[in-house]
Amino acid sequence: MKNKILATILSLICIVSCFSLAGCGERKEALVYYLNFKPESAAVYEELAKKYEEETGIAVKVVTAAANTYEQTLKSEIAKSDAPTIFQVNGPIGYDAWKDYCLDIKDSKLYSFLTDTDLAIKDGDGIYGIPYVVEGYGIIYNDAIMEKYFALKSKKTNINSVSEIISFDKLKAVVEDMTTQKETLGIQGVFASTSLSSGEDWRWQTHLLNVPLYYEMVENDNKNDPTLNLLDAKEIKHNYSKNFQNLFDLYINNSVTAKTLLGSKSVADSMAEFALGQVAMVQNGNWGWSQISGVKGNTVKESDVKMMPMYIGIEGEENQGICIGTENYFAINKNVSKEKQEASLKFLEWLFSSETGKKYVSEKLGFITPFNTFTEAEQPADPLAKEIVRYMSDEKYENIPWIFTAFPSEAFKKDVGNALLDYAQGTKKWEDVEKTVISKWKSERS
Amino acid sequence: MKINQYRRYFPIFVAPCLVAFLIAFVIPFVMGLFLSFTEFRTVSNAQFVGIENYIRAFSDDSGFLESLWFTVKFAIISVITINVFAFFLALILTKSVPGTKLFRTVFFMPNLIGGIVLGYIWQVIINGVLYNFNYSITSDPTFGFWGLVILMNWQMIGYMMIIYIAGIQNISTDILEAAKVDGAGGFVTLTKIIIPSVMPSITICLFLTITNSFKLFDQNLALTAGAPANRTQMVALNIYETFYSRNGYEGVGQAKAVMFFVIVAVIALAQLYLTRRKEVEN
Repeated sequence: MKNKILATILSLICIVSCFSLAGCGERKEALVYYLNFKPESAAVYEELAKKYEEETGIAVKVVTAAANTYEQTLKSEIAKSDAPTIFQVNGPIGYDAWKDYCLDIKDSKLYSFLTDTDLAIKDGDGIYGIPYVVEGYGIIYNDAIMEKYFALKSKKTNINSVSEIISFDKLKAVVEDMTTQKETLGIQGVFASTSLSSGEDWRWQTHLLNVPLYYEMVENDNKNDPTLNLLDAKEIKHNYSKNFQNLFDLYINNSVTAKTLLGSKSVADSMAEFALGQVAMVQNGNWGWSQISGVKGNTVKESDVKMMPMYIGIEGEENQGICIGTENYFAINKNVSKEKQEASLKFLEWLFSSETGKKYVSEKLGFITPFNTFTEAEQPADPLAKEIVRYMSDEKYENIPWIFTAFPSEAFKKDVGNALLDYAQGTKKWEDVEKTVISKWKSERS
Repeated sequence: MKINQYRRYFPIFVAPCLVAFLIAFVIPFVMGLFLSFTEFRTVSNAQFVGIENYIRAFSDDSGFLESLWFTVKFAIISVITINVFAFFLALILTKSVPGTKLFRTVFFMPNLIGGIVLGYIWQVIINGVLYNFNYSITSDPTFGFWGLVILMNWQMIGYMMIIYIAGIQNISTDILEAAKVDGAGGFVTLTKIIIPSVMPSITICLFLTITNSFKLFDQNLALTAGAPANRTQMVALNIYETFYSRNGYEGVGQAKAVMFFVIVAVIALAQLYLTRRKEVEN
C-alpha cells in the first residue's frame, strides 16, 4: 500500500514538473522583437537592446538568423504567436513575398528621416520598407601594389595611376600586364579567387550581373527607375552578355587560382588572399573591410585599401561609378498588436536619432545610413566606407543602383552561379551561360 | 501482484511519450500532408489549391525526377557496398585474431561524427587529392557521386558491422562444429549456415542503409551542395531548395516531400517483407 501511494505521488510530481517547467519558459513577452539579418552585428544589437531597456524600461528581444538562413528563420518565427515585430525584407521581391505581413509606415518618423524618400519600398500610396544602410561594391584594390606596378621600368602600358583607369580596355591592359610581371610585383595573381562554390558565388551571379542588366534597363527605361523597370521585366534580352563575359573572363584568367579549382573557393578565401597581399584586387563591397582587417597576419595597410568601378566595356563608361544601394529594409509586422508596432517604431527611431543610438550605428555597426539625422562626421571611418562616401558625394560619377533586388528569385541566382561555375571549369560555353540567364529569368518570373 | 493492478498506471507512464509523439510527429505530419494541397508562405496562411502542387512538382525545371534518379543510383551502390564491407569486416573481427576489440572501436568511430562535419572533412580530403590533377569535386558530377558513396561507406560500415558481429556471435558453436565434423568447407559454412543465421541482422542492416541512403541530406549539403549545377543533388536537398529558394514554391516542396515519404515507405516495407521471409528461427 505504501508503495502504491509513493508511486502515485512520484508520478504526480513528474507530471506537475513537466507542466511547470513549460510554464517557466514563458517569460514576459518583449514589446519589441527584432529579427536581425546580419550575424556579424549580433553582439552589438544585444548590447543596444540592453542599453535601450536601461534608458526606457522597454524590453527588446533580438534574435539573429545564422548566415544565409534569414528567409528560413523568418518563415518559422513569423508563424509563432510571439512573432518578430521588426523584420527585414531585401527589396521589392522580398516585399512581394512578405506583403501580407508588412505594415504601412508612411506616417512614421523613421520615414521622415530618409534623405531620399525614393529609396523606400512603395506600393500604391503606402510605404512598407525603409532602408537603413547604404552599401557599395566595386573592385577593391591594394594601392601599394598598384603604385609598385606604376613605378616598374618594365611596365608595358602608358598608364601611370589608378585614376587613369577609366574603362574596361585600360583595366584589362593593366591587369594583363601585371599578370605577366607578377613575380616582380610579389603577388600570386592580380585578382583574388573568383569564389564559385555553392553559396559563395553571389559576387558574380548577383553583384556582377547587376552591371550589364543595369545598362540594359537604362536603355529602354519607361519607368524612369531601372529597378522598377527590371521588376516589370517578364523577359530580359541580356544584350550586354558579352560585357558581362569581359570582366568575368578578366577575373578568372588573371586569378591567383586555376580556373578549374574555383568551385571550391569561398568569399573568405578570396578576402584572405587580398588581406595577405597575395593579390592586388578583389571584387567586393564595403562590408568586406571587417574580413580584411580580421585576417591574422594581414599585410595590407588601411590607407592602401581603395575601390574602383567595375568597368565592363560599355561606351561612355568613363564616368561610371561603383554600385551603391541596399538590400536591407526594415519592415514592421502588420499582424502584431498596435502597442507592439508603436514600440517597435519608437525603438528604431531611437536607434537612428538619439545620441546613444547614432554612436552605435556609426561606430559599432559601421553603417552608412540614408537618414538626415546623421551628420557628415557621424559616418563610419573605415577605409571602404570612406570610399563609398567619396563616390556618393562626387558629382562626376554615375553610380549604379542595386537593381538586383528585382532579380526574380534565389533559384535564378543559383542557376546563374551554377552556369558560371560550369563555364569557368570549361564544361560549358559562354553561350550556355547567356541562355541560362535568359531562360531562367523567364521561368522564375512567371 | 497481478498484471491488472498496473493497468491503471498505464496513462501516467504512456502519456508523456504520447504527447511528445503527437506534438513532434503526428501533428506535423498531418499538417504537412494538408499543406501539400495548399499554397502558403508561412504555415498559418495556407490556401487550398488541390493537386496543382503535385503537377508542378514534375515540371521540367523542378529537377525532382533527376534528383530522384541520382538518389536511386546512389542508394543501390551504397547499400551493396556498405553491407558487403560491413559483413566481411564482421566475419574477420569475430575470428580469434588479436586486436579485434580495438579494430571494432576504430571502425565504429566515424559513425559518432555528425554528417555535416564528415561532409566538410571529406570535401577537404577529396579536393586535396583532385587538386593535384587541377580538378575539384565540383568539376564533374561523377566525383561528387563517388565522394558521397565513399563518405557514406566510411560512416555507416562501422555501425552495420556491429550489428553483424552481434548476429554472428549469436550463432551456436554447436552448429558450426557439427558442420565442420560433416566436412563443410569455409564457403559452404558461410552460405549455408552463417548467412541464413544472420538473416535478422541482414534485415535490419538493409533497412537502415536503404532508408538512410534515400534520406541523405547533411552529407550531400556539406560535400557538394548539388554542385555542379544540381547534378549531384539528392531528393532531400531538392525538396529543401524548392521550399526555401523559390518564391511561391513552398507548396510544391511540400508535395515533393509527401511523395518522397511514400516512395521511401514503400521501398522499405517491401524490403522488410522480402527479407523477413528468409529469416530462420534459431
